[in-house]
Amino acid sequence: MLFKRKEFLQLGSLATASFMVPKFLKSFERVDRVPPGNKVVVILQLSGGNDGLNTVIPIRNDIYYRERPVLGIAKTNALALTDDVGLHPALKSLRELYDDGSLGILNNVGYPNPDRSHFRSMDIWQTGSASTEYITTGWVGRYLDAQCHGCDKPTHALEIDDVLSLALKGENSKAIAMKDPKRLFGTSNEKFFRDVLKDHKSDGEETVDYLYKTMSETLSSANYIFDQSKLHPSVAEYPRTELGNGLKTIASLIFSDINTKVYYISLGSFDTHVNQQMQQQRLFTELSDAVRVFTADLKKNNRFNDVLMFTFSEFGRRVSQNASGGTDHGTANNMFLIGGALKQKGIINPIPDLNDLDEGDLKYKIDFKTVYATVLKNWLDADDTAILGRKYDHLGFC
Amino acid sequence: MLHEVSKTGAMLNFLNNNQNRKDHPNENFAREVMELFTMGRGHYTEQDVKEAARAFTGWGANAKGEFVFRRFQHDDGSKTVLGKAGHFDGDEVLEILLDQKQTAKFISQKIYRFFVNDSVDTQKADWLADRLYKSDYDIGKLMEDIFTSDWFYKEENIGCKIKSPVELLVGIQRMLPMTLQNEEALLLLQRLLGQILFYPPNVAGWPGGKTWIDSSTLMMRMRIPQLFNDRDEFNIKPKTDDDQMMGRNDDDIKTIGKKARSINAEIDWTKYLGYYNRVPLGELVNGIAGNLLQTKKAVSVGIIDEYSDDSDKESFIKTATIQIMSTPEYQLC
Repeated sequence: MLFKRKEFLQLGSLATASFMVPKFLKSFERVDRVPPGNKVVVILQLSGGNDGLNTVIPIRNDIYYRERPVLGIAKTNALALTDDVGLHPALKSLRELYDDGSLGILNNVGYPNPDRSHFRSMDIWQTGSASTEYITTGWVGRYLDAQCHGCDKPTHALEIDDVLSLALKGENSKAIAMKDPKRLFGTSNEKFFRDVLKDHKSDGEETVDYLYKTMSETLSSANYIFDQSKLHPSVAEYPRTELGNGLKTIASLIFSDINTKVYYISLGSFDTHVNQQMQQQRLFTELSDAVRVFTADLKKNNRFNDVLMFTFSEFGRRVSQNASGGTDHGTANNMFLIGGALKQKGIINPIPDLNDLDEGDLKYKIDFKTVYATVLKNWLDADDTAILGRKYDHLGFC
Repeated sequence: MLHEVSKTGAMLNFLNNNQNRKDHPNENFAREVMELFTMGRGHYTEQDVKEAARAFTGWGANAKGEFVFRRFQHDDGSKTVLGKAGHFDGDEVLEILLDQKQTAKFISQKIYRFFVNDSVDTQKADWLADRLYKSDYDIGKLMEDIFTSDWFYKEENIGCKIKSPVELLVGIQRMLPMTLQNEEALLLLQRLLGQILFYPPNVAGWPGGKTWIDSSTLMMRMRIPQLFNDRDEFNIKPKTDDDQMMGRNDDDIKTIGKKARSINAEIDWTKYLGYYNRVPLGELVNGIAGNLLQTKKAVSVGIIDEYSDDSDKESFIKTATIQIMSTPEYQLC
């Protein structure tokens, strides 16, 4: 069947059709050149609830070793940052970044009345809502709404995945999800789809127009992203893992002139109810190896000062280990901040006080929304109050 | 219905009412029953939530999921909810909620959105709400009011709603009866499109409407007819689900992914082809589009012609059908 043939049309065929489609559908290829010093955010989601206490380890805390006789990571194995704090042994590159002044650690990040369902707590983190509200847009999506008002390509935020996360869905704009610019270009450039799009003339049916608008944005974004990804592709040797491939794609786009400000990528699953040691070791090795190449790549290309990367997980885990060599769902957690232009470095606020727990769980000290507010305001120069729907304090890390 | 649903084990457990005790009220159920199931946000105060939570203390479910009332955990003091004061229990608070006209409005709007149009015509919804309130919440009568109204059949209310993923998948399969060699593939499609049956994202349910659509889901939706027909290959992966997988490898994805690389659907075309026995060749595209699409306009006949196999009538009907199903218009109902 004709439709099946992948016809890689060259750019521009959409543009020639653009005078025939309604104005809002126009897929013009105008590109705002990125000014030097264009700041971007890379969000690394650690899905499944990463065990924060075995990530940033209180290596001189008796309670920690008492509650975790098997899982506790011995002081001698941890990568010591200070006399009291060490990193998980697999996080070698993060230790290097720490020494380099390019790593910040926020401790006890969470929110009031924490929820222990992965799905719900992830929704709360991704929407930036309180645990008592249900919001159907994500915080990056609402940033996109603000940035992409009336724009033709919602590429200000990109997710490296096949499926788009709630975090990147706005009210009017939704970000693009893709694993590989070339594949996105291929699948969205079926000639049939292009012809269907070209053929559409608005008849005032709002939902039909909405679908065509999404289709048009997808096709022109696919072209734009693919085009940009070829401008200055990264030549560094990344580990051949999903995260490695993803960060390589992100690096290539950061080196291009693309207008993307937020990149979103996930690693998981950190849901370590059983056999935590092996699983966390494996995932952290993947993380550490990929981040090492990524940060070196950015430095080599003089972009490390323009990038702020941060990690988060939907919750931390309980202080005590469970009976199956793992840990169960907990509450507050730490976040890593990585970048060449951090204003606060190292261990930014005190590690958890294990004497002051809430029924065996860590108490949160920093609301995660203040981290978002800080990134939006200080790094992306956006209206954080409007995007988050509330005024939050700003932290000092950027 | 409100009373019964409020007493199901699923509701009580999900919204933590088992932990709602006299000395430590848990407000989760009290809040959501007002926000999601009766009045909607903005029509009650935080104080109403707190007071109502006290009335629901002692409501719980046993291990079998049956409702139990734990008398000693119940707070039988006086409460003030929405301006009414008394020694209310849970059922009485639910009655107070039903007494609010706003509840009839909220329910009518929800139903209007689901059955009629995502953008609510307030005048019509208010009319429905009035009648719903007067009928003492007879949902059957409400549905009758909707389905027998002239406006229900107006052009602006037809083909204006985006099909949910399940409506889309079921619709294709109803139209084209098929045998699937691996039915798990349907689950994979549900995951990719964002709606797994019996597994809504939270108590608020699927938000629906435009939230079904983003660049990935739209392109996926338009490829599905091909996947069913053609054994086109899957090369995409859904996100993992930690609530279900608890950190195990998502074997589901791996095995489904492998088996379902091609869906291996056998479509039984006989009956479908029969619909078009007497339709002349030149009118086929319009005929098929007329049957498949609810929108005023469809993709031009020319495009469907161009992408359909015209070696014989049968092949033409098959390919034209698949092509029409692969358009944005087919996403609407």
